[in-house]
Amino acid sequence: MLLIRCPYCEEERPELEFRNAGEAHIARSANMAGESDDDFEKFFFIRSNPKGIIYERWRHMHGCARFFNAVRDTVTDKFVMTYKAGEPKPSKLPGVGK
Amino acid sequence: MKKYSVFAIAREAMRGHKGWEEQWSSPEPRKEYDVIIVGAGGHGLATAYYLATVHGITNVAVLEKGWLGGGNTGRNTTIIRSNYLYDESAGIYDHALKLWDGLSQELNYNVMYSARGVMMLAHNVHDVQVLKRHVHANRLNGIDNEWLTPEQAKEFCPPLNTSKDARYPVVGAALQRRGGTARHDAVAWGYARGASARGVHIIQNCEVTGVKRAPNGAVMGVDTTRGFIGAKKVGVVAAGHSSVIMNMAGVRMPLESYPLQALVSEPVKPVVPCVVMSNTVHAYISQSDKGELVIGAGTDQYVSYSQTGGLHILQHTLDAICEMFPIFTRMKMLRSWGGIVDVTPDRSPILAKTPVPGLYVNCGWGTGGFKATPGSGHVFAHTIAKDDPHPINAPFTIERFRTGRLIDEAAAAAVAH
Repeated sequence: MLLIRCPYCEEERPELEFRNAGEAHIARSANMAGESDDDFEKFFFIRSNPKGIIYERWRHMHGCARFFNAVRDTVTDKFVMTYKAGEPKPSKLPGVGK
Repeated sequence: MKKYSVFAIAREAMRGHKGWEEQWSSPEPRKEYDVIIVGAGGHGLATAYYLATVHGITNVAVLEKGWLGGGNTGRNTTIIRSNYLYDESAGIYDHALKLWDGLSQELNYNVMYSARGVMMLAHNVHDVQVLKRHVHANRLNGIDNEWLTPEQAKEFCPPLNTSKDARYPVVGAALQRRGGTARHDAVAWGYARGASARGVHIIQNCEVTGVKRAPNGAVMGVDTTRGFIGAKKVGVVAAGHSSVIMNMAGVRMPLESYPLQALVSEPVKPVVPCVVMSNTVHAYISQSDKGELVIGAGTDQYVSYSQTGGLHILQHTLDAICEMFPIFTRMKMLRSWGGIVDVTPDRSPILAKTPVPGLYVNCGWGTGGFKATPGSGHVFAHTIAKDDPHPINAPFTIERFRTGRLIDEAAAAAVAH
């Protein structure tokens, strides 16, 4: 079971309190009705599914109930960091080479 | 390839078993092949086998980063059934089921397909409605499925707890009698032996690290840990790693990979005569011919390539098993493991041509690909050989996620995903 640090509660809590909410930083179009089929497919279905560093959303379902973002390695399942929703995608990651 | 038979056993018994030959050869890779299959699991090996036997294409290499059948083929719970709701799914899964029947004879290899019946339990009114809808839809598609009362379910599977005061009482069940299990390793080995005997090269410990494309975009071959290997046609059958390989060719996929776990108990005498599944409490169980209870658990909730999974997922499944079968509460579990499954948004597979000429993909089988192995290989071989899908896999395109023509088993599959 993962231990996840909620950036709002500022505490590491067991995974059972959280719900994964998929890949992070996928912006929803302001004009959804005007989206082309290609763009809608990219937004709705296509995922990066990386073997390595992933940016993903979590929700602290049974805690503060807020969404936040996390950076995790999908091979080791270790978290690099978590940060609040709305904050920009971190360009430099602590302890990661590339 | 020497045929296996009772006479072969007698002959070898007479001479100290010195005449058994290797089941498949391990050749050096050629510089170029007509077709390269990436991934020597059941689906990849079946594809190579049918390319050779049905389409006469034998200049084929199957590249495997680990060992043959060492991925999800060797990690699944071996359940076979075809009672899917939609016509497209019914088409492909029942195509596979028809091939399972007779596969041992076809391959001259005992895959131990056992049509012992797959029984799906209903615990509430909603389950009854959903499963009855499946029964009717299946029968319209010519697939056997029948409704059982709790008493009939108990008769079919005596250790099942059908007591009315259970937390989740059994109020009925749907039974597909042609469903069952098979020996998963033997499926990979049998297809490997058959393909190798017809000239297919199975190259293990050879990881694909890149997909080379010509200036016009078409596939030229693949970079591997054993150097570049050329081919004008490449079929990607890499299960949980399919999106990783497709990314090498510049194709982004509608896939996410999750760990899926299973576990087995200590071996005991025959006690579970069939496969029992429950969507509501999320558990499925059967008994192997060795005597182990084979139990399937759920996926973790996050993308991972770790080939392991959270312990709480197993605990949740065992809670359900003990609820359904109080008789097993004191059984010891022997081993648990995880595999990485690639899941599509509509929980149906992709078996199709891709936007890249010469590149084909067979992926997205999610949590239930084993049952489809023969059918999947058969129609995927057709797709590669003819550069055109077989009518059975024609609906399973990548483009369906753009057009919206989904095959939405996500809501309709008989097990929770």
